[in-house]
Amino acid sequence: MATVTDKSERGAQTHPDVSSFGQVNRDILKILSRPGKGWWGLFILSVLGVGLFFVSWIYQIITGIGVSGLMSPVGWGVYITTFVFWVGIAHSGTLISAILFLFRAPWRQSIYRAAEAMTVFAVMTAGLFPLIHLGRVWHGYWLIPYPNARFLWPNFRSPLLWDVFAVTTYFTVSAVFFYLGTIPDVAAARDQAKGLRKKLYQLISLGWRGTDREWHHFGKAYVFLAAFATPLVLSVHSVVSWDFAMSIVPGWHATIFAPYFVAGAIFSGVAMVITLTVPLRKIFKLEAYLTVKHFDAMAKLILLTSLIVLYAYLTEFFMAWYSGEEVERTLFWNRLFGHYWWASWIMLICNGLVPVLLWFKRVRHSIPALFVISLFINIGMWFERYVIIVTSLSHEYEPFAWGVYRPSLVEMGIMVGSFGWFFFWFLIFTRLLPPVAIAELKEVLPPPFRGAGKKEVAP
Amino acid sequence: MSGSRPGILASYDYLDSAVQAVEALRKAGFKRKTLTAYAPMPEHNLEHAMGYGQSPVRVFALVGALTGAAAGFALGIFTSMDWPLVTGGKPIVSIPAFVVIAFELTILFGALSTVIGLFINLRLPRFKPLVVYDPEFSAGRFGVHVAPPPERMDEARAILAAQEPAELLEDAGEVAHA
Repeated sequence: MATVTDKSERGAQTHPDVSSFGQVNRDILKILSRPGKGWWGLFILSVLGVGLFFVSWIYQIITGIGVSGLMSPVGWGVYITTFVFWVGIAHSGTLISAILFLFRAPWRQSIYRAAEAMTVFAVMTAGLFPLIHLGRVWHGYWLIPYPNARFLWPNFRSPLLWDVFAVTTYFTVSAVFFYLGTIPDVAAARDQAKGLRKKLYQLISLGWRGTDREWHHFGKAYVFLAAFATPLVLSVHSVVSWDFAMSIVPGWHATIFAPYFVAGAIFSGVAMVITLTVPLRKIFKLEAYLTVKHFDAMAKLILLTSLIVLYAYLTEFFMAWYSGEEVERTLFWNRLFGHYWWASWIMLICNGLVPVLLWFKRVRHSIPALFVISLFINIGMWFERYVIIVTSLSHEYEPFAWGVYRPSLVEMGIMVGSFGWFFFWFLIFTRLLPPVAIAELKEVLPPPFRGAGKKEVAP
Repeated sequence: MSGSRPGILASYDYLDSAVQAVEALRKAGFKRKTLTAYAPMPEHNLEHAMGYGQSPVRVFALVGALTGAAAGFALGIFTSMDWPLVTGGKPIVSIPAFVVIAFELTILFGALSTVIGLFINLRLPRFKPLVVYDPEFSAGRFGVHVAPPPERMDEARAILAAQEPAELLEDAGEVAHA
């Protein structure tokens, strides 16, 4: 007696408007062929952003780092803020693709490809900022661990070097993970494409045929990669937080920093996934694949992480008061009422207050509302890093070393332009690779059965 | 790995047809190595019918991870001993500081070695034209290919045909199929 499990109950509810495997291929692969006006509009905007980015950076390279507002005592400003921001954005992509994969969350299939692409491009964007911040970018290769002319190696006890290892590992592993996941879907694109695109997809899909042997090993390798990526994603933002926490600067030297940064990273990253998938859904008419349920699940994730982040903010303020440490107390008082009060209040309102709306089901089920909230969170999380970095550096222990930092136009240009750079790659991705995972989606759809609804079939 | 034997490829519209064809072929005594099943997504029923055990990819994952951990500690310890310079009053070989490097390299080597192990086991990449293949396999069809001994060709064809395939093709078997 042969038993074939009927999976028609599983996942049939998550995509009620998708009826067959063939429909998935038609709907998703259609995206690759017809861009439409909405896509071109966004693409032109992103190209302008890339232009702004490189014009500002080249101006800084030619003139010197003095064109930024960085000056003693505030040596870390908008560049490091934006670096931490983009690394944080990357995190939720890995959360959705790896951690939710290990937990078998049934709602990740439709969004994970876009989220994973977001991770790769966000790390690509973040990786530029240490180079921009160097000033003399032609010495960028000094970051690579090798002995210099006097046989002196980089200091492996420094969190900054840990960060080099963490970010490069993160980029490599997430890019490999992303590429591996696309192979079966690119094979599906290859089977329908013509001409030059077919040649390209043949190359990318490496001759994938979907045999039992391929799926068997692929499935196992995917689990292992997810298991590697899960601790990695938690480690990367912890290491980024140690760039701060391992120093003795007031406001930085706290054990809460690693979990606080990781929660903040996931918080901002899920918001960015919503910011990206709402237009994606609209432009490419993916309503059947990215349903309200998916957005509801993401909104709940945002709500959870916003509570963790808010708790961390309150802990920081409480500990500053409870420690009795004068410098620490002054710093946190200054955060709320000092020179940078507006940045702190933007941070608190966007990250602590606005997500409260997500307690309401009506808000979670409204796509425009979620889109607007996600923009608030993106802004709030950028300012969180700005507050942490700038307020602490501008007001350390010695009164004679207090100072004020004012970002220059060049810094703002590079920061704004980095969004163009990020969206540029993401928009190209949506046209080149299937932005929704075709094969994984089929796993949660009911497979075609000869006897409809039959659970057991005689041989 | 029956490289040069002629075979038959059946494409089915339904999952249960393919699963039953594989089970019937195995029951009739066709060796697993002569069978290949195709599916548009990972399908446990098919894998189960083919009777798979553990994948050797896991060995690659483990060996890669251990190599990475060793390499990370070795890098930190070796470079510190190479130019012994006391920083922050800490010991020259300060293991806790090197844990981060070792951890990152564990992940890096483990992940890359998993991918290498996967490609070795899949015999990928393969840039020859796909012969024993139907482009519908990536869309929605399920396939079963068998390369039987020449004297059992008719029997194999009958078993595949019994499950009402959408298409039944014979190939000369010039392509080595995994």
